[in-house]
Amino acid sequence: MIKEFITSWPVIKQILNRADGTGEEAWSENTRHMRPKNDGAEVAHSVCPYCAVGCGQLVFHKGNNLISIEGNPASPLSRGRLCPKGAASYELTTHSKRLKKVRYRRPGGTDWEDVDLEKAMDMIADRLWESRNKNFAEEQDGQVLMQNKTVAHLGGATLDNEENYLIKKLFTAGLGMVCISNQARI
Amino acid sequence: MPGLGTTYGRGGATTAPSDVVNSDVVLIMGSNMAENHPVGFQWVMEAKEKHGTHIIHVDPRFSRTSAVANTWVSLRAGSDILFLGGLINYVLQNNLDFREYVLHYTNASVIIPEGFKDAEELDGLFSGWDPATKQYDNTTWLYQGVKQDESSSDRHDNSQSGGHSQHGVDSSVDLSTYEQDLTLQHPRCVWQLMKRHFARYTPDMVARYCGVTKDAFLNVAKIYTSASGPDKTGAICYALGWTQHSSGVQMIRCAAMLQLLLGNMGRPGGGILALRGHASIQGSTDIPTLFDSLPGYISMPKFGYSSVDLASFIKANKPKTGFWNNIDKYIVSMLKAFYGEHATAENDYGFNWLPRLTGDHSHQAYFLDMMDGKMDGLFVMGQNPAVAAPNSGLERRALGKLKWLVVREMVETETATFWRDSPEVTSGELKMADIQTEVFLLPAAGHVEKDGTFTNTQRLLQWREKAIDPPGDARSENWFIYHIWERVVEKAKADPRPRNQGLLALQMNYTITGPRREPEAPEILQEINGYTTADRKLLKTFGELTADGSTTCGCWIYTGVYPEAGRNRANERDPKDEYGHGWGWAWPADRRVLYNRASAKPDGTPWSERKKLVWWDEAEKKWTGKDVPDFTATKPPTYVPPPGAEGDAALAGDKPYILHADGMGWLWVPVGLNDGPLPTHYEPLESPIANPMYAGQQANPVGLRRTRPGNEYATSPDTRFPYVLTTYRLTEHHTAGGMSRTLSHLAELQPEIFCEISMELADELKIEHGEWVTLVTARGAIEAHALSTSRMKPLTIDGKRVHQIGVPFHWGYNGLVKGDIGNDLIAISEEPNVRIMETKGLLCNLLVGRRSTNVERLKEYHSIAEGKTA
Amino acid sequence: MNKTSAFLTDATICIGCKACEVACKEWNEVPEDGLLWTGFSYDNTQALGASTWRHVMFLEQPATAGPQQVDMENPFRWIFLSDVCKHCVHSGCLEGCPTGAIVRTDVGSVLVQKDICNGCGYCVVSCPFGVVDKRHDDGRAFKCTFCYDRQSAGMMPACAKTCPTQSIKFGEREDLRAEGIARVQELKARGYADAQLYNPEETSVGGTHAMFVILGKPDAYNLPPAPEVPTVYLKSAWTSALLAAMVVIAVVCAAFLF
Repeated sequence: MIKEFITSWPVIKQILNRADGTGEEAWSENTRHMRPKNDGAEVAHSVCPYCAVGCGQLVFHKGNNLISIEGNPASPLSRGRLCPKGAASYELTTHSKRLKKVRYRRPGGTDWEDVDLEKAMDMIADRLWESRNKNFAEEQDGQVLMQNKTVAHLGGATLDNEENYLIKKLFTAGLGMVCISNQARI
Repeated sequence: MPGLGTTYGRGGATTAPSDVVNSDVVLIMGSNMAENHPVGFQWVMEAKEKHGTHIIHVDPRFSRTSAVANTWVSLRAGSDILFLGGLINYVLQNNLDFREYVLHYTNASVIIPEGFKDAEELDGLFSGWDPATKQYDNTTWLYQGVKQDESSSDRHDNSQSGGHSQHGVDSSVDLSTYEQDLTLQHPRCVWQLMKRHFARYTPDMVARYCGVTKDAFLNVAKIYTSASGPDKTGAICYALGWTQHSSGVQMIRCAAMLQLLLGNMGRPGGGILALRGHASIQGSTDIPTLFDSLPGYISMPKFGYSSVDLASFIKANKPKTGFWNNIDKYIVSMLKAFYGEHATAENDYGFNWLPRLTGDHSHQAYFLDMMDGKMDGLFVMGQNPAVAAPNSGLERRALGKLKWLVVREMVETETATFWRDSPEVTSGELKMADIQTEVFLLPAAGHVEKDGTFTNTQRLLQWREKAIDPPGDARSENWFIYHIWERVVEKAKADPRPRNQGLLALQMNYTITGPRREPEAPEILQEINGYTTADRKLLKTFGELTADGSTTCGCWIYTGVYPEAGRNRANERDPKDEYGHGWGWAWPADRRVLYNRASAKPDGTPWSERKKLVWWDEAEKKWTGKDVPDFTATKPPTYVPPPGAEGDAALAGDKPYILHADGMGWLWVPVGLNDGPLPTHYEPLESPIANPMYAGQQANPVGLRRTRPGNEYATSPDTRFPYVLTTYRLTEHHTAGGMSRTLSHLAELQPEIFCEISMELADELKIEHGEWVTLVTARGAIEAHALSTSRMKPLTIDGKRVHQIGVPFHWGYNGLVKGDIGNDLIAISEEPNVRIMETKGLLCNLLVGRRSTNVERLKEYHSIAEGKTA
Repeated sequence: MNKTSAFLTDATICIGCKACEVACKEWNEVPEDGLLWTGFSYDNTQALGASTWRHVMFLEQPATAGPQQVDMENPFRWIFLSDVCKHCVHSGCLEGCPTGAIVRTDVGSVLVQKDICNGCGYCVVSCPFGVVDKRHDDGRAFKCTFCYDRQSAGMMPACAKTCPTQSIKFGEREDLRAEGIARVQELKARGYADAQLYNPEETSVGGTHAMFVILGKPDAYNLPPAPEVPTVYLKSAWTSALLAAMVVIAVVCAAFLF
């Protein structure tokens, strides 16, 4: 055991192997056993959230802990490659300025306040309901109109198809909102 | 989209980026593909390096795409129709078209009635112009012999359209009956009309007004048009350099026409790559959070006689021929998806619970209403208008007039904090106490924290698996909508007026799982795909949809993505062939190259061995090949429709453009566009020169300027604003910066806003490289570093030197790196078909020094600009 | 592992996107290196250093890129190249390190073992390419690790994997060297008369594990045309010192004798 301990010293190894101290004899334990940080991680298949090329991404995680995100070589669109934005997906997901709590600004207020998520949802539903009903036209000249024009929606190009579907379903088919738009034009 | 939609039948890229390895030439124009779609661009590089494909880049700036192109040519921002018209003219004058393709697959031979007068005859207007409404009546654009039914359409009123639905469909006209001259000699056939229309788009004209050297233009023309015919194809890639113009749709129309003339559509290495910009912007157009369309491009009902009931709506929107003939099946199935069991034949399947359109409800329109205090509330979900909207300064001020604002985002965007951090507030112009907007900022889940599909630029749906939970209070938008629905439906139960019947009927029976109570995304996709109402058996094709309520389908063009239980084709990752079948699922029906019937001759055999894609198998009696045929599989090439046939049966076996009533590619667009059956050159809304084509029409007559205080325009030309400005994007950042300026690894790559000017302009104005300058337009002023470079080339336009200045628009007042907002310079304007703003080809001035924070600075800058150039 | 890994980075297919810079930093957890706008074309990264292990250069030059047609009055080209640690065959930093922190790995790369490094900085002055440097808030020396952790699991380095156009190729050194030579020949045949392969083998460096296909002179890319490992001067330095010492001793003795 003592022999093992002594012969593990780099300088002893160097002498024994007639090496110059720059090779394997000088490797630390860390170097000797180096493995990638996503070793043994679970992999989820995803798609880059930036542009419309739709590069495949492999999302390495251990439970709820994100380890890294890189390209999926199996994708026939991207062949494992990512541009600088797609390559920054890990930081996109984990950076310190990500919002985790609801922020609320009262009318005329000068800063954010905290509010509980469920309470915020109640307040939003109240405002939506009030605004939509205050300005709703069921008909005009005897013809169906069923329209509200004072509550609007903006957004969609970064959202999932399922999300856009539910937005259109609730806002338009359910609440009669016609002012719906997103980044898409052409 | 209507540029492609009207020409071919569907709005959207017709092929995938990987297909360019089959191209003999690629024209990239109105796009900086290497910078904005770098990974897609790998295919262009591979084509160039491994297949000898010639890459042409036409662009006002020498960008990273230009650096690796074989040929780069500059042009004046906004003069694209002159350039493209020049290419079309070059083809027509030199007989370089792919004649057999043109004769059989386009409407070149169709005769147009005598009443039509071209813009060349009416000094910039087509026949049918109404100066009072500033709109066209397209009656004189229709085919000769076409029957019209006056009562069944409100097509004369374009005010409620955003150009997103049912391209080229007008059920009041039967475009399947027409007269044609296959010798192309008749003076009023489309071919001859085009020749006369483009006759003045000569190389000299192009050189003089685009600023291209004549030889350089002819070189491009020669190279591009040589890749045509049975053995060769060329592809065109475009992006916002074409779309964000007041004549953007017509620019795209030019390219679409060129591709038909050269016979490039539906063939390997051909096609048009509309390169879209966001992860699922194609999806948000297909399943639209857009005001004027319903899922699958069905028109939103417009208030009026065409929507008094479902039958009227169907009559107004159901042409006799082509696939839109089935619109009743698509919309009834959609209504079943929205309203479930409450949608019955007796109540028109809930059709009367849908709101009607009464005008322009698009982004620009309602923000102007917001500015006028007419809007109560706004939900902003994954968009940042405080930075990304045109005339962003006006839009930020408009936000301050709302009663309440809900922002769902991953970070504190400029939209979320406008009331505290915008330049209007920090300069003292507006006081926080006066901004009464109540603001809710709710954290949103990121893309690895929720599962669901994106639809990319090549119409491919790809599923994302959820990896981790969103942190803290962050939730998906599915969660948000579901939980708002739960609350408002409770309120509706206490208020049974007609207005709430739709809400009470809304079918939201998704399985809710987990402690956060999240709706199951796969179920939503299944609903979008469609299933039989009675026993929820998933549907395989939209051909199974019915109009009697027995099928439920959220979006008919997506039917087939989830064809059976346990099989989510968007989640399949087993590519089997060069077109990637087996990886994801493309609409429609997993066809990867649209209009691929055109890759075979009228008789069904391939045009050539080299360019074979889909062909008729006489033994099997079906179409076969390397892609799913974009055609009825068993319809033989020799099929002739019997008299009185309807729908698909009315289209012959040699008509590839199956969404069109006549089955042909439209060189001439008789219906569907608001500004002309043919593209014609107008100057941008602000221009350094008078329109060289027409003394009578400077800019697009149908475009909307929305002029008002705060949204003023320069004159054309304008001594205060002598330079042409273009705005654009860099590789390192993403749109308004919420996903890039907040990340250290991207922020450090392009930390500060800069504008690109030519060395010559820097010399003229004695600007030192890198120093701060202020760009001024009629609407706003921003500061930027001056980057003087050879890559910006001064142009000679009509003998005079014209300087172009470029500025990327990514910066805002939040994030790790901050800067002025480029869109403060842009006007709110609306292109006539899709209502898109003009962000390239406007006028500006450039003053040395940092931007003043003085509240009156714009007035000051304007008067300096007047004095300086007087 | 018995391999000799190498990079071949080809400027003629680089699109200057900087994905390599980002992928490297994300994988290796390298912090941002300064939010400074330089105005040097699109290059705000400026140079390799302790917190920049891939650096894309932007060269706007008054020359043509082979047969490229550019509609300008004067010849012009814009070239991009992703620079990286050369992992020299004979490495200055390796030879200069007194603590054994810098080692040659079994893939032929040069690795700074951050658990051994004491921040003496000898490596910094020994690198003829100005690559390795000390991180000021940390003290230790850092540079490209050749993603040794990834290679140990059979994966390619993060930069090579992500490069959209495969301008950065990764593989066996002999293969890539041959590929580089063939590529230069191909480019020359296509009209890129000034194409060349940068792999300085004639000097004491003895070749690098990161080779480059460039257009025009290496100097423009901040690549020294004839880089030397400083220890190559050791023999003559010691000899000079010995001679100088002998002279000094002789003079001192003479002073006593005379």
